Amino acid sequence: MENIENMKVVFQKTESLYERSTHYCPGCTHGIAHRLVAEAIDELGVAGRAVGIAPVGCSVLMYNYLNVDFQEAPHGRAPALATGVKRVRPDTIVFTYQGDGDLASIGTAEIIHAANRGEKITVIFINNAIYGMTGGQMAPTTLIGQKTSTTPYGRDAELIGYPIRMAELLSTLKAPSYIVRESLHKPANIIKAKKAIKKAFENQVKGMPFSFVELLSTCPTNWGMTPIQALDWLEKNMIPYFPLGEFKNIDGGN
Amino acid sequence: MQKVLMKGCEAIGEAAIKSGCKYFFGYPITPQNEIPEYMSRRLPQVGGVYLQSESEVAAINMIFGGAGAGIRVMTSSSSPGISLYSEGLSYLAGAGLPCLIINVMRGGPGLGGIQPSQSDYFQATKGGGHGDYRLIVFAPSTVQEAVDLVSKAFDLADKYRNPAMILADGIIGQMMEPVIFPETKPKEYDKSWATTGRQGKRPQNIVKSLLLNPEELEKWNWELKRKYDTIRETEQMAEEYMLDDADYMIAAYGTTARICRTSIQQLRDEGYKVGMLRPITLFPFPDKFFARYMGKIKFIFDVEMSTGQMIEDVKLSTLCRIPVHFHGRTGGMVPSPEEIAEKFKELVAKEK
Repeated sequence: MENIENMKVVFQKTESLYERSTHYCPGCTHGIAHRLVAEAIDELGVAGRAVGIAPVGCSVLMYNYLNVDFQEAPHGRAPALATGVKRVRPDTIVFTYQGDGDLASIGTAEIIHAANRGEKITVIFINNAIYGMTGGQMAPTTLIGQKTSTTPYGRDAELIGYPIRMAELLSTLKAPSYIVRESLHKPANIIKAKKAIKKAFENQVKGMPFSFVELLSTCPTNWGMTPIQALDWLEKNMIPYFPLGEFKNIDGGN
Repeated sequence: MQKVLMKGCEAIGEAAIKSGCKYFFGYPITPQNEIPEYMSRRLPQVGGVYLQSESEVAAINMIFGGAGAGIRVMTSSSSPGISLYSEGLSYLAGAGLPCLIINVMRGGPGLGGIQPSQSDYFQATKGGGHGDYRLIVFAPSTVQEAVDLVSKAFDLADKYRNPAMILADGIIGQMMEPVIFPETKPKEYDKSWATTGRQGKRPQNIVKSLLLNPEELEKWNWELKRKYDTIRETEQMAEEYMLDDADYMIAAYGTTARICRTSIQQLRDEGYKVGMLRPITLFPFPDKFFARYMGKIKFIFDVEMSTGQMIEDVKLSTLCRIPVHFHGRTGGMVPSPEEIAEKFKELVAKEK
């Protein structure tokens, strides 16, 4: 055995993440996204000021995994709660964590107007092209032809329109400071996602308006795939329709 | 402090500021726009924030956020807007959050009209949103009373960690009356449960209403029930007007009670021994006050600007042992004192 004196810690669980197993399905990327959020908060040293807003959806129990103050929002209303918290306590670091049904369907009005007011909050948007918690129904981000429990013949644009690109849509607004889409399907992309999440929090620490990080994510259970098939499906199907990269960055970038 | 002449809506706004509320979230709707307008002017002067939301749905959820962060917050709306608040009210009650909602009622259902009404009694006192919950509901009948009830409502909301509502109508909101603002300092309440950020000093606070374990949810529901029972036991408010020698009782609240006061004066002049019991809290309903008149009153005449809502609580609180008659105008129509007096006399004549 090597001398312990010569060993140093090169990786450890970040402090704000509880030592707990999650309720998420095997292969789900929520766990990765949670860790990246917790790391960003810890690296910026703002865990003591952080207030998370949990959505309705698979990640409603996020407060069981991150050791920061949390409020639990009605479905889609997280940006309105975040607005309330940030306006009455401007010193807090407020973030929402929302899925595609929550943010891009029932909560469309709340996200657009929070962005348009330039609320000084950070939004993490998990896009896995399906409703997870309710059992695999069509999401506003479900791809054309994609089969779900409510599009058994595949999503038909004639019937229900096209998948909504939230990052692009929000980037047409003047107030937001940072809007980016990353993916969680490969380590290299996860590193980029981490950078984006950290910047989105850093902007808020600096007092800059609204930052938004969309994360392409997998749902192997409801997609009916193995975790590895799901990562592959994301890369081949989601990325062509939901291109990665910055859509808005007021201090540099395009 | 000296008397000032103020419109009801503006007086409510100023009373909230004097009660330590510096944050207002709301969406325009007639007939209560003078409240947000007043707040948009005054709150920046006192270091607060007025924020116009994109919808009532967003407004009530901003209220949730602010209340959950442990700060006094208020919103105001009118009937159709309160329908949109209902989701949020259920969540606020479920999470045990204190806040104040002003409802300046107008005629319904649907888009209805913009004239005064009392047709949202059920919505205010029996729910509106889903689940076993109650709001603490106050019904002012003068501008001065509205002012006094604002600080009372904030205090009870904080004391019981429950949303409170001032249920007014377009007349109270729009009329001008002289008011005196009480010079009391807002009370401080323990809000160690609020999401302020842990500051590295304490375990995380979670403000939520999800309890997936049915045993836990049942326990929470009974805890809420005990709270509502305590409120019923200790917080009932009502005015007893000329009831000492009365053979007959009028039951009315808010603007309708003001009108009934004039009817009672006319009827007294004509020799009728009639008085009025005016509920000031609608939840808790002042059943203890009604109970005092069991066996003393020949009948109760319930008058409302609705097709009959509070009448159900009047009947329940007298265990249906006293006959209860009803007269209502609705849709924005306001009963006249003469009309009420005439209806009352018809009822007495039928009795003989």
